[in-house]
Amino acid sequence: MLNFELDEEQRMLKEAMDRFAREDMRKVFRDADEEGHVPDETVRAGWEFGLLPSGIPESYGGFGEYSVLTGAVAMEALAYGDLAITLQIAAPGLVALPIQLDGTDEQKRTYLPRFCEEKPPRVSAALSEPRVQFDPFAQQTVAVRQNGSYRISGYKGLVPLAESAEMLLVYAQQEGQTQAFIVPTETAGVQVEDREKLMGVRALPTFRVRLDDVQIPAENRVGGEQGIQFARILNHSRVALGAAAVGLARAGSEYARLYAKERVQFGEPIAHRQSIAFMLAEMAIDVDAARLMVWETAWKLDRGEDTTREARVMKHFVDEMVMQVADRTVQTLGGYGYVREFPAELWLRNARGFSSFDGLAII
Amino acid sequence: MVDFTIPDKITNELQMAKMVAQQVMRAKSRYYDEHEHERPWEYINLMWPVLRDQNKRAMERKSNGQNGRGRTGPGTAVLRLVMLVETLSWGDAGMYLTTPDPALGGAAVEAVGTSEQKQRFLKKFAEGDPKWGAMAMTEPSAGSDTSAIRTSARMDEQTNEWILNGEKIFCTNGSLALEESDGFVVVWATVDPNAGRKGMKPFVVEAGTPGVSISKKEDKLGIRVSDTASIVFEDARIPYDNILGSPEVQRVDRRTTKGFKGAMKTFDASRPVVAASAMGVARAALEFTREKLAEEGVKLDYRRPAHKMSAVERALLTMEARHKAGWLLTLRAASLMDHGEANRLEASMCKAYAGDGVTWITQKAVELLGPLGYSRELLVEKWMRDAKINDIYEGTKQINLLIVARSILGYTRRELK
Repeated sequence: MLNFELDEEQRMLKEAMDRFAREDMRKVFRDADEEGHVPDETVRAGWEFGLLPSGIPESYGGFGEYSVLTGAVAMEALAYGDLAITLQIAAPGLVALPIQLDGTDEQKRTYLPRFCEEKPPRVSAALSEPRVQFDPFAQQTVAVRQNGSYRISGYKGLVPLAESAEMLLVYAQQEGQTQAFIVPTETAGVQVEDREKLMGVRALPTFRVRLDDVQIPAENRVGGEQGIQFARILNHSRVALGAAAVGLARAGSEYARLYAKERVQFGEPIAHRQSIAFMLAEMAIDVDAARLMVWETAWKLDRGEDTTREARVMKHFVDEMVMQVADRTVQTLGGYGYVREFPAELWLRNARGFSSFDGLAII
Repeated sequence: MVDFTIPDKITNELQMAKMVAQQVMRAKSRYYDEHEHERPWEYINLMWPVLRDQNKRAMERKSNGQNGRGRTGPGTAVLRLVMLVETLSWGDAGMYLTTPDPALGGAAVEAVGTSEQKQRFLKKFAEGDPKWGAMAMTEPSAGSDTSAIRTSARMDEQTNEWILNGEKIFCTNGSLALEESDGFVVVWATVDPNAGRKGMKPFVVEAGTPGVSISKKEDKLGIRVSDTASIVFEDARIPYDNILGSPEVQRVDRRTTKGFKGAMKTFDASRPVVAASAMGVARAALEFTREKLAEEGVKLDYRRPAHKMSAVERALLTMEARHKAGWLLTLRAASLMDHGEANRLEASMCKAYAGDGVTWITQKAVELLGPLGYSRELLVEKWMRDAKINDIYEGTKQINLLIVARSILGYTRRELK
């Protein structure tokens, strides 16, 4: 039966995340962006909420109540604080969730318990490729099976935290399909290149990674003989990013609202003018519509439905929405929207990334 | 617990409406668009016996004391209604408006009428020939500013009657309700023109009341099959008891805006319905455009990244996304009502979004189909004309944005004009 209310547990989680976003993330996010580094204690505090272990089954060391919808609620709340910090906190999920979704029993037994420990393992995933016309379903990174092992070659980009990662989940094309491979970074042929210089999410270190005939054992293919259902993994990623975009947009929308009520020109707050008030109203509607689409997709994923279409339509909407809202936030602040003393310009830079972020978060 | 399930019961109930939309409404869509002011009797005569029997059963339940309030948990009445309206509007948004029922007039009676009034005015919808209810608010000088209405209601102490004078315009089903059936119109009038919204009260004017006449039937851009009438009141006398509301309101307390608030409450219920109608038209245009393009080999591949899509594919994807957004906002506003919760903000959100959304979606459909989209051979150009009304009636997009803006900013109407 149709219902748009979060349950008690989700509300409590949301409240905790909201507080963390306001009180912890917002204290450090501007410096983090300027310095290109998130304070370790912020990442640790974020990890300590146990979001990832709470979705891992008890038999693998977690608390065992996996819900994409709950994950989406948490992502929105965190990204309201800051996107780059959120992506860093959520990075272990880039490996844990594909293994949980599609891994073999043995892979789950081997890897999942490591994500339920006090400190997360240093891992990351490499999906994107640094080229125009990139298509996640038509990877130019290629894996070839040869005598009980795989040989992988290609060039990856937007790989978060690669420099410090012990292991990467590398997506590569194998016999026309996108598959995922567990690649220890110490393997010969893996070369983590210089840190990328991006327009936004500057607090998150991302890297280019070159794979030159990297040889890994056959059992490192996620899902074994079955492989992965890549489209489904991408749908999970789109819900995560969609939820994060909603969080970012809500941050901008609320900030613009407060600013417009305080900023006095011509003797009254600018929010008294329809030209400003209507922008704010449309921002609020767009944010709500986007959240409903994210939730619907998450809800369908939780029911085990194929959401390739919903996730795509939702992400298309959300990518445009977050740009529009972030831009309107800058516009509401006028000149103050353009200076780095205020957060609006950071949100605009971060918002533009969502159309390229496939695979950079997953729930 | 978040849940997007539409109960099977409601989906099943829609099967008949789907058939009507497909086979009766679509078949006659073009004819009535080109024969404005004719009535779609095929549709009316098909719907009336069904609705009449439903109304009869509902009245019987009420007189047996089963008013539905005994049940626990949320209801489904609003969800059912928006689903039905969406389906019928997919068939023909103008024809759906000619459905013989108490419509907005009935909504006003239900919202603020006494149980005696409900019985008196709604009983005739459970018997006899097709009838229509309507609501008359707008006047030549009072559109969005409903508090500026000038139609007056004066009390005649001698006869214990109200005397109405003035002119109402843009009244949907006004002629059907007053001249073409034994229906009624809820007329908003002021008992004190200087009192602004405090003087506004709703009065029920029944068909056959002397001094009431239809002065004009509008020729329109779209929804041409729908009856849009001007009504003139010249010393029209109605019984004292035809003022809607509780005894306190009937004593005409000039210190409260209860009457006006009643009107605004009606909008909370009607705006999701307008949004649902808009999304029905949007779905029609979206589905048709998708089919036609597929015939030409243009098909959306949902796995293809945006930067590899053609302009046409992207437009189609955006149409689908905006339709989905509008529909989910509508379901949310409806669901809140079913849960008995306030939904003024959400009702205005869905109306503002859906009215604009369907306008854009249908305009895009005409564009994507090229010369055929513009041709009256197909219904797409008609849907574009029909769509636009959703951006206007029950509060223009701008009025709804104003409501949203005031709500999120915590402003009064004086702070944000």
